Amino acid sequence: MPPNLNPYQKARITVTARRSQLQQFFYGAGNLVVFAGRFFKEVVKPPYEWREIFYQCYLVGYKSTFLIGLTAFIMGMVLAIQTRPSMADFGAISLIPGMISVSVVREIGPVITALICCGKVGSRMGAELGAMKVTEQIDAMEVSAINPFHYLVVTRTLATTLMLPLLAILADAIGMYGGFVAMNIHDTMTLRHFFVKAFAHLEFIDVFPAIIKTFFFGFVIGLIGCYKGYQARRGTESVGVAANSAVVASSLAVFIIDMLAAQITDLL
Amino acid sequence: MTDKTNDIMDTPRVLPAGEATGEPVISIHGLKKSFKDHEVLKGVDLEVYKGENLVVLGKSGSGKSVLIKCLVGLEYPDEGEIKVFGQDISQLKYDELNALRVRVGFLFQNAALYDSMTVRENLAFPLRKHKKTMSREKKESVIMEMLDNVGLVDSIDQMPSRLSGGQSKRIGLARTLILRPELMLYDEPTTGLDTATSHEISELMVRTKKKYNISSITITHDMSCARMTADRIIVIKEGIVVAEGTYEELEKSKDEWVRSFFN
Repeated sequence: MPPNLNPYQKARITVTARRSQLQQFFYGAGNLVVFAGRFFKEVVKPPYEWREIFYQCYLVGYKSTFLIGLTAFIMGMVLAIQTRPSMADFGAISLIPGMISVSVVREIGPVITALICCGKVGSRMGAELGAMKVTEQIDAMEVSAINPFHYLVVTRTLATTLMLPLLAILADAIGMYGGFVAMNIHDTMTLRHFFVKAFAHLEFIDVFPAIIKTFFFGFVIGLIGCYKGYQARRGTESVGVAANSAVVASSLAVFIIDMLAAQITDLL
Repeated sequence: MTDKTNDIMDTPRVLPAGEATGEPVISIHGLKKSFKDHEVLKGVDLEVYKGENLVVLGKSGSGKSVLIKCLVGLEYPDEGEIKVFGQDISQLKYDELNALRVRVGFLFQNAALYDSMTVRENLAFPLRKHKKTMSREKKESVIMEMLDNVGLVDSIDQMPSRLSGGQSKRIGLARTLILRPELMLYDEPTTGLDTATSHEISELMVRTKKKYNISSITITHDMSCARMTADRIIVIKEGIVVAEGTYEELEKSKDEWVRSFFN
């Protein structure tokens, strides 16, 4: 900003710059809505790319299993270790399994799974489609009369939407097992006893909304990853930007959906 | 032509030697295209006839690639009419455009091979989508035939990342030809290749044209490629066709700027 401007002029430049950023944000959000609209239009149209959908499910689901399992195990352990002293002060160690199960199933399992998938799957999709765009592979599909949106975006978004709930259930199970292992560091509790206590505290309202929200997490991760890749322009730099912004935008979207889900669950 | 600045423009339109006759395969009139404030094409008129290879010359940024992208609906013109096989591109619905695209092959500058697929899968992909009734054995034999045409049968199970620039171009050409297009669009087919490989690609283009009687448009800076493949050449300067003729005619053009391509 030039130094010889009066405060009014400086404020005007700042407001104009902010307005431009705001316009860009709404422009991007509008484009994403149009992109989502195209997804819903294309998803029902044949031909159904079963082979590609299964392959993407394999990449999203199977290939993420270890990372999500390990993270969930550690989170379950940490939760048990950190809450134990406080619970011990109140003589409520027997409540730890229930506390772990509710925390993991309602929040930690789905959100950790979604965030890992933002980093692992969302960035991969952003970079993959971005690179395909930059190297004209998407154009090559288009001119071969193959609908690239149908082949690339629909299959990937469906795969994340279907796999996230399964991964979240897996994360819940392994997270609770991590809690069990941590409890056995100081106390002795059988696996059966731990899970009986854990499930005793779980209700339908804890499980059902948590599973439902993971479908939405999966949908936004796939959709935003593909959208950011599709938006890449010429140049290799845009591939990095696509991957990075896919992670940032989908992580933000996960938290927004989580907040909305918490509000809706609260009303039930 | 919109701006007849060259003496060759005043001579009757040169029909290529051989079979190039009849109705034009491509007919473009008054094509204009801008990107924001930058006007790339400022009213291009041209026609390509059956069996003809038209080479488009011009400096970088003169709108050559945009021109052929408009022919397959990758870009849409702001003004003007584009007819491919008699069909106005801008009037076609998506399905109709796709039906037309099957008849047109497009070789991209960097071949644009699908890098997550092997060479075999790259070639099988268009067949899987458009020749659903074709048996697996027939598909395999078509793939082998196309790879044999480009002399790369041994590369069938390789990933594109393992191929050299020239090999990628040849596989790209095989993939494009697998649907037996009636029209080929080559976007700088020899760019980034050494002289010997460029020569091989140019020879391959000539052989392909003869074997399948394909009409084509070639965008190139490579004058050796232009000399080998062109039936007719047009020169684009700042979005306007400024010269048209055979290689020999344009080589002797009175316009120094046009002649500079040939020196």
